Amino acid sequence: MKLFKSIKTFRGGVHPAELKELSESCEFEIMPNPKQVIIPLSQHLGKPAKALVKKGDVVKAGQIIAEQDGYISVPIHSPVSGKVTKISNEISASGFPKESILISADESNELELQPSLNLDWVTPEEIQERVKWAGIVGQGGAAFPTFVKITPQPDKKIDAVILNGCECEPYLTRDYRYMLEKTEEVVDGLRLIMRSLGVQKGAIGIEDNKPKAIKKLKEVTAKYDNITVEILETKYPQGAEKMLIKAVLDREVPPGKLPLDVGVVIQNIGTAVAIFDAVVKGEPQITAAMTVSGYGIKEPKNVIVRVGTPLADVIEYCDGVKDDAIKVVVGGPMMGVAQFDFAAPVMKATSGLLVLTAKEENLHEETPCLRCGKCIDVCPLGLVPSKLARYSQLDRLEDAEGLDITVCMECGTCTYTCPANIPLVQWIRLGKQRVLAMQRERKSA
Amino acid sequence: MTITTTENPTYKLELASSPHVHSRWNTKQAMWLVVIALIPAVISAVIFFGIYQLLVIAVAVGFAVGTEAAIKTIRKRKVTITDGSGIITGLLLALILPPNFNLAFTALGSIVAIGLGKEIFGGIGYNIFNPALVGRAFLQAAFPVPMTTWTNPNFSQVDAVTTATPLSAFKFDSVATELSSMFIGNIGGSLGETSAIAVMLGGIFLIAIGVVNYRVPAAMLIGAILFGGVFWMIDPIAYPNPLFHLLAGGFLFGLFFMATDWVTSPMTPKGMWIYGLGISLVLIIIRLFGGLPEGVMYAILFMNAFVPLINRYTRPRVFGEVK
Ligand code: SF4
Ligand code: SF4
Repeated sequence: MKLFKSIKTFRGGVHPAELKELSESCEFEIMPNPKQVIIPLSQHLGKPAKALVKKGDVVKAGQIIAEQDGYISVPIHSPVSGKVTKISNEISASGFPKESILISADESNELELQPSLNLDWVTPEEIQERVKWAGIVGQGGAAFPTFVKITPQPDKKIDAVILNGCECEPYLTRDYRYMLEKTEEVVDGLRLIMRSLGVQKGAIGIEDNKPKAIKKLKEVTAKYDNITVEILETKYPQGAEKMLIKAVLDREVPPGKLPLDVGVVIQNIGTAVAIFDAVVKGEPQITAAMTVSGYGIKEPKNVIVRVGTPLADVIEYCDGVKDDAIKVVVGGPMMGVAQFDFAAPVMKATSGLLVLTAKEENLHEETPCLRCGKCIDVCPLGLVPSKLARYSQLDRLEDAEGLDITVCMECGTCTYTCPANIPLVQWIRLGKQRVLAMQRERKSA
Repeated sequence: MTITTTENPTYKLELASSPHVHSRWNTKQAMWLVVIALIPAVISAVIFFGIYQLLVIAVAVGFAVGTEAAIKTIRKRKVTITDGSGIITGLLLALILPPNFNLAFTALGSIVAIGLGKEIFGGIGYNIFNPALVGRAFLQAAFPVPMTTWTNPNFSQVDAVTTATPLSAFKFDSVATELSSMFIGNIGGSLGETSAIAVMLGGIFLIAIGVVNYRVPAAMLIGAILFGGVFWMIDPIAYPNPLFHLLAGGFLFGLFFMATDWVTSPMTPKGMWIYGLGISLVLIIIRLFGGLPEGVMYAILFMNAFVPLINRYTRPRVFGEVK
């Protein structure tokens, strides 16, 4: 359709029902503090933080309770004031138990803050130091320590920062609300990232299904001639880093490479706000802003909750689930993780909690592959999902490797599309792990 | 609501991994949409060749579905009549038979189409050749005379029982049929193939809703105009004009309903183009130089055989890789 539309986009992808209407007009609500929080020591990519407290310790909100351990790691702050009741392995939203600090909260709400830094005079080093202290992790899903990404590396030349405002996952409206309610903070957050990296060019990529947010962003960015608002086609996975860079800058990140390698740093909208809060307000990352939605939840909302709040509390705050709910997901419907235990806590990078019904899931009986080619047509990375899944099923790992199974970003677009309802990405995920293991073995041999 | 924890599993939840939502597509529904798209062609068959054709269609569909169920039962597989694929095979076969075809032969054609065309490979998804075309190729070989006896359509000016198809009229008698008759369907030919308008109605519907990808039809169209046009420009008297190629014989029917069959056509975008162009090239060669006036069926079957090869050599470019 390039002929008729000059709007920026990438090849492939799908148009799932957006269902943003369930929650897009709900302003952020601040949920009251829970009675108890569960703080996993590993809420980020990299090495888990090291606990600094022990059972019985009294802690204040904002106090560091676990320190950074190694370079790719971040500290963790207590989200509430109260007393440490236990340090043990607890269930987490990833489905695995993780070592966690349990704190029973008292009534007080004061927060230990750092001094505010001046937006116009703050130096790159000060920004990096503050972001590291605040324990900020990427809000886009992978939860990568943010200070690492905003610290320039001598061997990589970065010339553009893109804020990812696509929010291409259906249902989720958290970034949308941020862009509407905290437009200034979003843009200032972007400016801080640009300053930290010494980059001149900044862009905010946003899908064309969010006209109100586009309007506000354009108003606020009008005074900066080095920041543009890039309107992109509404299509999943427009917010995938590779797809976003392709659409905004027409650069392709080669397989196995990072955005850094094509001179780009991408940050999520929520991360920009967290950076602003850390630098200007002196706040550590102790809350998560998230969308609670789906036809299975009684009252969809956008809420700001303390990190460590059990999912059950969040669900209760939204009036509970309906009787026809069949699935609870943390994250978006395309890449999120299904939950079996509502005791699992909200983490720093949690962006959504969805309660789905069978109607939304729309799963049919699996049939043999019809060789329709739809999965190939939609794969944004140019893979052949039908074959990859088949090879994974048959344990033909070398063949799967030859067809670049490790390139797959597990976006789920192929499974979403497949008329035969074959769990393609599920097989590919499995095969990819095993091919990676095989490659590690080969290297060590 | 009851809150579930691992200690207190009171709420049953699904745990399948992401994605948690799926498109509206499923096999069954896609098959039924094809059946719906064939309705205009069925109607045109009845209008031009009479109500008896419905009987042919019913026999073809009945035996296709019955054969499929029987083979599945013998092989102890689940009977999947509701997926509609047997119905489509029967329907497609009937629509490419000559009018007033013998019912016993029709039944035989259906049995062969399902048995040899599909189930012998392991059922839908595994077959290489288009099952309906396998059935028709069998009938053509077994019963060449009834397979080329063309009943005169209902509104013909000529008062005769049988007629020639536009292709055989051109090939053997050098008579060019009027394009407007070919467009509406008031000509000699197979049941569902004569009316270009009815076929296009169904075909464009399938493309518009996304069951069928536009690439194969587009490639065939371009190919026929290109290859047919080259010969026509060389000698406009000896060779028909390309528009005639598009409207004659089963070209449009093959283009929309046979060549686009999911299972037997290529899966890759580039492969679809190659396949479509290949069919048209083979078709023009058969039509202009072969012993048969009609060639769509053979052209598609011929290209079916190359599909695995085409798929293998037309992998899309992996994102970010430099060619
Ligand atoms: S999950 Fe992997 S194979 Fe499937 S569409 Fe996404 S990148 Fe392609
Ligand atoms: S989308 Fe599904 S049915 Fe179609 S080719 Fe891919 S795996 Fe096969």
